[in-house]
Parts: sequence; C-alpha cells; structure tokens
Amino acid sequence: MDLSLSTRTVGDRTVVEVGGEIDVYTAPKLREQLVELVNDGSYHLVVDMERVDFLDSTGLGVLVGGLKRVRAHEGSLRLVCNQERILKIFRITGLTKVFPIHTSVDEAVAATD
Amino acid sequence: MATVELRFSALPEHVRTARLVAAAVARRAGVDEAVLDEVRLAVGEACSRAVGLHESHGIAAPVRVVLIEDEKKFSIEVGDGVSGPGGAGGTEAEGAAEADAEGEDEMGLAVISGLVDDVEVTSGEDGGLIRMSWPANPAPVLP
Repeated sequence: MDLSLSTRTVGDRTVVEVGGEIDVYTAPKLREQLVELVNDGSYHLVVDMERVDFLDSTGLGVLVGGLKRVRAHEGSLRLVCNQERILKIFRITGLTKVFPIHTSVDEAVAATD
Repeated sequence: MATVELRFSALPEHVRTARLVAAAVARRAGVDEAVLDEVRLAVGEACSRAVGLHESHGIAAPVRVVLIEDEKKFSIEVGDGVSGPGGAGGTEAEGAAEADAEGEDEMGLAVISGLVDDVEVTSGEDGGLIRMSWPANPAPVLP
C-alpha cells in the first residue's frame, strides 16, 4: 500500500491526515508535504496517524525533521495516534517525550500547552 | 540451508517486498502472531539501512535477505556489501556529508535493538550482516 496524504485547516491548525505505510520509500513524500506546509506559513501542524499501517525509523526521522522546522517558527507539531503497534515505536525510541501524542484530532486541535 | 533467500536491487521501493516476504515466512515458521509486527519492522529497518549503505557507497550488488526456519527459532540475516567500518559493524561517520545517513542508520539500529532480543551485528570483508532471531512454535504460556 502506498502513502496517502490530505490536509485541511481547523482554526489556526493544519491537520495532515496520513494513511498507508511510511517507510524508506514513501517517507520522502511526507517530508515534502511537511516542508511545503511550513514554507507556506503553516506552523501549527497536527499529523493524524490513525490510518497509518506501518511506520519505521525513516518516518520517525521525517516527523522529527518536521518538528524542527515548525519550532524554528515557534510552531508546534502534534500527533494523533491510538494504535498500539505505532505507539510502541515512539516508546522504543524515546520520542514519546518529544512529540505530544493525542487520542483524537479534536483533542490535538484544542491543545495549547 | 535457508528456507527462503531473497536478493533485491538496493532501491527503497523493494524494502516493502522484503517485509512482506519475511512476515509470510515467519508466520509459516510458527512465529507468534503478536510478534509478526516486530519481525516486519525489524527486517524493514535492516533492509532500509542496507539500501542506504549501498546507495551511499555506490554499490551495485543486491541486498541479501536470508530467512531460516529452525525447529525452535526463526532467523533472519540481512547482508550489505559494505566491508569494514561503515558496514553493519561500523558506526563511525566517514565525513560530514554522510552524517545524516549515519544518523538514520543509528536510529534504525536503535529500533532493531529495542525490538529484537536476539540480535547480532557483524562486519567482515564481504560486508556487514545483521542477524536476528525469534522463537518459533513457542510453548503455550499459561496464565
């Protein structure tokens, strides 16, 4: 399965809905999308990963890169994920301390801390 | 003898194929369903790393994946063609230009060592090798 990406704006947040597999082949597409959003002035991103089937370290690298970019503009990058198999990868790598991870898009959009 | 051996051109689009094959063979070998996600992720990480190493070192040879089904365990070996430091055994950066690639390598290895209890990373003249194994047909665990 390939990667699917769609974006929508909710208030001052941009929600990026990601579906499919994020790996060494597809991660560059996600990177391009995040870079494009930041270049266009979207600095508060919510990446909805509820429809992601697979995530590897290349994908983690892209998300960390996105976080670095939005932080340069005092922005934020929040994740939405309830899937144990995906959350496990964030825990193994210690990235649960780096990314705010929410259980729903509504919660992520409302978060202000 | 290997149960299944796979060789693929060192291109990112083939890593998914390696994941699917490894998961299918692991399932047949009796690896617990709950662990198949880990097998899939670990073999994907090892193959992504090998593809990256082949690309950065300009190696035309394919990446090798060997899947071995034993009585009590299922093993996967992923071999790259990069000999010495910089291959599977080496972690030193060879220059500033490669710093990013090396960083991603280390993240991949970190995920593998976090996931797999039995993992061995070696490097020889023929290239680097990541060996991983999981129990197969485990005895049922009683509560």
